Formats: sequence, structure tokens, C-alpha cells
Amino acid sequence: MAQLSLRGVRKNFKNVEVLQGIDLDIRDRELIVFVGPSGCGKSTLLRLIAGLDPMTAGEFVLNGKSMQGVAPSKRDIAMVFQSYALYPHMNVYDNMAFGARLMGLSKAEVQARIDEAAGMLQLEPLLDRKPRELSGGQRQRVAIGRALARKPSVFLLDEPLSNLDAALRSDVRLEIAKLHRKIGATMIYVTHDQVEAMTLADRIVVMRGGLIEQVGTPRELYETPANAFVGTFIGSPRMSLLETTRDGPHFGIEGSGSIALPGAPETGQKVTLGLRPDAMHLGLADAPDGFDAEFEYAEYLGNEAYLYARLGDGTRVSLKGDTASCAHQPGDTVRICPDPAQLHYFDTETGRSFRSA
Amino acid sequence: MSNTGTYEKPGLLGTFGRDGLMQIILIANTIVMLFPIIIMVMSGFKSNVEIFQSPFSIPDFTDISNFVAMATQTSFLRYLMNSFIVTGASILLLLTLGTMAAYAIARYDFFGSSFILLFFMAGLMVPLKLAIIPLFILFRDLGILNSHWALISVYTAMGLPSTVFIMTGFIRTLPRELEDAARMDGASELRIMWSVMIPLCRPALVIAGIYNLVPIWNDFFFPLVFIQDDALKTLPQGMTTFIGEFSTNWGVMFAGLTLAAAPITILYIVLSKQFINGMTAGAVK
Repeated sequence: MAQLSLRGVRKNFKNVEVLQGIDLDIRDRELIVFVGPSGCGKSTLLRLIAGLDPMTAGEFVLNGKSMQGVAPSKRDIAMVFQSYALYPHMNVYDNMAFGARLMGLSKAEVQARIDEAAGMLQLEPLLDRKPRELSGGQRQRVAIGRALARKPSVFLLDEPLSNLDAALRSDVRLEIAKLHRKIGATMIYVTHDQVEAMTLADRIVVMRGGLIEQVGTPRELYETPANAFVGTFIGSPRMSLLETTRDGPHFGIEGSGSIALPGAPETGQKVTLGLRPDAMHLGLADAPDGFDAEFEYAEYLGNEAYLYARLGDGTRVSLKGDTASCAHQPGDTVRICPDPAQLHYFDTETGRSFRSA
Repeated sequence: MSNTGTYEKPGLLGTFGRDGLMQIILIANTIVMLFPIIIMVMSGFKSNVEIFQSPFSIPDFTDISNFVAMATQTSFLRYLMNSFIVTGASILLLLTLGTMAAYAIARYDFFGSSFILLFFMAGLMVPLKLAIIPLFILFRDLGILNSHWALISVYTAMGLPSTVFIMTGFIRTLPRELEDAARMDGASELRIMWSVMIPLCRPALVIAGIYNLVPIWNDFFFPLVFIQDDALKTLPQGMTTFIGEFSTNWGVMFAGLTLAAAPITILYIVLSKQFINGMTAGAVK
């Protein structure tokens, strides 16, 4: 059982406010991912939860108990560090046993826990090795094993995949997802990679500049982003943002003409349209209901293609097209035809979504 | 304009190449360094007459009478033991104290930490021998004149600045996440230092140890001032008693010097791998 609740959490380093008031509830057995660009405060928040750094203000409650002044090891929380932080002079067994022994467990209990963790992570053949004799993926597993051996109710993982090569990354990602299902503990996972966030998370917390931008399931974030930042951060290739000026049902872009969107919600005059690559298609220069654009280049991927075009005001849009679209030549005049049903409307000034408002 | 007849003689660099030239310089340097040591060892196997008649001849290495005489007819073994006690205690003390001080300076943010480090650094620049008279008076008042404690305390104080300097620099390079990991695992501050950090400091401890070991082992000045009792003399000081006013048995003397230099040399060879590892630690990651 582990329910975490953060209320008005703030953190200052000297005069810099890194976290500016975080409110968040994390449910039992949830795998929650903190995602955001570097410097958004996600790792700082994780360290506050771990108890490695003190909070400047706010409250952190774990299972109904305030964690104010509770030592990291007494919080029933284990952490996997970005650099793994394995003890270099101890072998794998001792690395995993270090925490369990300090919990005051008997020798047999420590042995049993390590056997269990090692079995789960296929570490049995490596128990006598030193960390320097292990590959990156193996070190990663030992770091997770060390956390497992303490049997905590909350796991914190700080960018655990960032030191692995791309091929290994998806394997370990799968392992972590499986592990989460098997042990059923609450996990908090920090990453800057939205693909990791989307594939792993029960819920995602998108952060920017020390604030939470949106909390929701991957689907919620993708389909109903609360603001333009979340819209562009989640999804790959990125959502294109088109700054338009509204005149009734007409949305115009300087140098690209205007289109009529009868189903648009109530908005102000300045509207930013958010378009995912598959929410528009490339039309010929005389296609109706499209913005004029100049074709830039195409990325041919075999089964599909990503196309890039530049609008009259200089905005570049990326869209998904069929492979036949690659026949366009750079410099060709084309039209970008949005699909009205998949459009997102954001306030150009605040970035907020009009749909969710 | 003709380039006939311009025959360029290849210089040293051309003949041997850059690496070759480097080798030659290093070999020459090795000979210069080893020469006195070889003479010392060889003379240890010779009689007085042989030393002066044929100083460079190869002696009969089976004749160890000088060494036997040194061990049985003089206080050599006592001096050796004294040197071991004084050097060992000093190194132990200064590594323990120095590491503790360095750990605090390197790992904890507290008011005045950089001042304390600077204070230790200042110790590197103070020639301790200038303070010999106040030290003498201090030790006299403390009642530890003419005892090993006088030497141990001077050597420990003398070695602390360099030890703190070396250890602080090294401990600062150790990743902070290790400490965090240990803290998450429930280790106390003392255990973090003892079980996690200190084992990783071994290369630096070896450097600091050897760096201080050699001057302490070889020191002549402080025992000369502080120790009067023959039974308490250290090796370098004790060796001088073999130089007589009218005659000196040079063979026995050199045998003694060879024996005196041996422990440090052997220790150095044993630890040299660690020493070099430590010196280059962090250079390549």
C-alpha cells in the first residue's frame, strides 16, 4: 500500500525557485511518469520525495503520515539512480545486500530476498562480479535489484534508461513494465523522453519550469492536451502550431490565406491551431480548405513518409503522408488541409486549450 | 639556384626519432639515479680496504659478514624498530586524521569549510624547522621530550596539510549519488564514510601515505633535536653513531644503509601500481 500526496511543494536553491508549488496525488500501485524538458524540476521533485533534499515549503504525505523530517531510509522508498550508483568495491551480492542488511534482517532473510530479486532479474550468474565487470544493461538490473531487495512500497527511478544504448533501452523498458505488474508497487519514473513516458505510464505528469502542466493518462494527454506545451511535448513527430487570426469562422495565416472551420469552439481573435502530423494532409495547390505552403522535403520511411512544408509566415509543419507524396519537389506550392475533427485550439497568448477551458 | 650539395646531416632527433630520444634521456636518468644506490649496496659487501682500493668492483655477494655485524654488534635492530614505531604511528595517525578532516571539508557544506581547507594549505608553506625552538620548549613543558611522542606529533602535524590536500581533492571527485544511494539504503553518516567512501579512497590513501612515508622514514633533523636516549634513536640518527671520530667501518655502515633503505623501497615497489593508478585516477574516464 502506498498513497502519496504532495501539497504545495516548493524548492529553492539559493534564489532560484526550482519547484513553484506542486500539488499531486499518486495512487497505490500506480506507475506514474514525470516528464518534461531538462531543468523542469522533475528530478528535484523525485529527490524531495526520496528525502535526499529538504523541501523549502509544502507537505509530503505517504500513507497518511507526514514525511517531514523522516530519514530517507525510514520512508519505505527505494531509488534507482541515473548513474546506477553501484558501490564499486562490492560485488553484486553485497551491493544488493547492503540495504537489506542495514534493515536489520537476519542473514537467511537477506539471502532469501536477494535470491528472489536475482531470480526476477536474471542476476544469478553475476552475483560474484564487481560492477566494473558488468555491461550497462547488467548494471541497470543490479541497480533495480538493489532497490527490490529492500522491498519498498514506492520505487523511484531517475532516468534509468538514459545511459543505455537504443536497442537495450526498449528491452529494459519492457522489463520495468513487467516488473511493475509483478511486484505491484507504486513506481515514480522520471524521464525526459516522451516515448518512454507514453509506453510505460499509467499516468503522466508533464512538468515545465517547476510547475505541473498537466496530469493524465497517455491517451488524455495526447487527445486533450491542456495547453500548447503539452501538445507539442507529447507525440512524435511534434504537433505543429499554426498561429492564426480569427475572423468569424475563418482562420487566417499571413501569406497562406485562410480556411473556414465552422465547428470551432469559442475563442479569442488570436488562435493557435495545434495539428498532429496525421491531423492534416497535403493537397495540391488548388485543393479547397487549405493553407498555402511551400514544400520543403520528405522523409521516406518505407511504409509511410513524413513531409515538411513551410507556411507563408515561416512556420514549418510536419505531416504524415503516403509514400506517393514524396514525389513533390522542394519549392513546389502545396496546400495544408487540416482535418477539423482532430484540431486543437490554443490561446496564442496563454497557450491554454480552448477545449479544456 | 641549385640544391646540389645541400646534404643535410640528420640530427639526433632524425636518427633516433622523438620516442627514441626520450628513451635515451630516461635511460641516462635511470643510470644517474641508480648509481649511488648500486654503490651503496655493493659497498655493503666489501671491507674498508676494498671500498677504497676498488670502489667500482663487483664484490663477493656471498660474504654477508658486514650485515651480520650490523645486526649483532650494533643497536641497528633497535634503531630499525624505533623507526618502524615512529613512522608507522605517524602514518596511521595522519591518514586517519587527514582523511576525516578531508571528508568533512569535501562532503559537507558548512560555514568556514573553505577557510579550514586554506588553513591546512597554509601548513604546506610553513617551514616547520623554523619553529624548532618553540617546539622544543612546548615538548619540554609537555614532558614528551626525548620520547617517541615528540617525533610522532611533529610528523603527524607535518603530514596533515598534504594529506588533507590530496584526500580532499580525491573525495570531491567521488560521485555524490553513491552517498545518496547509501543514504537511501539506510546507512548512517559514519557508515557511509567507512563502508562506501573510504574503500574508494584507497588510491589516494596510498599516495598520501607514500608521499609522507619517505620523508618521515629518512628524517634526521627532528630526532637529532628531540631524542637523546640511544635506545630511542631512529635509523638515520642512529647510523651517525657508526661514524667514528678516528675510524669508521664503511662496509658495515653501507650494509646498514642498505638495510635501512630496503623496507621503504620494497613497500614502494609493492604499492607502485596503486600509486600510479592513484596519480592518474580520473585522468581517463
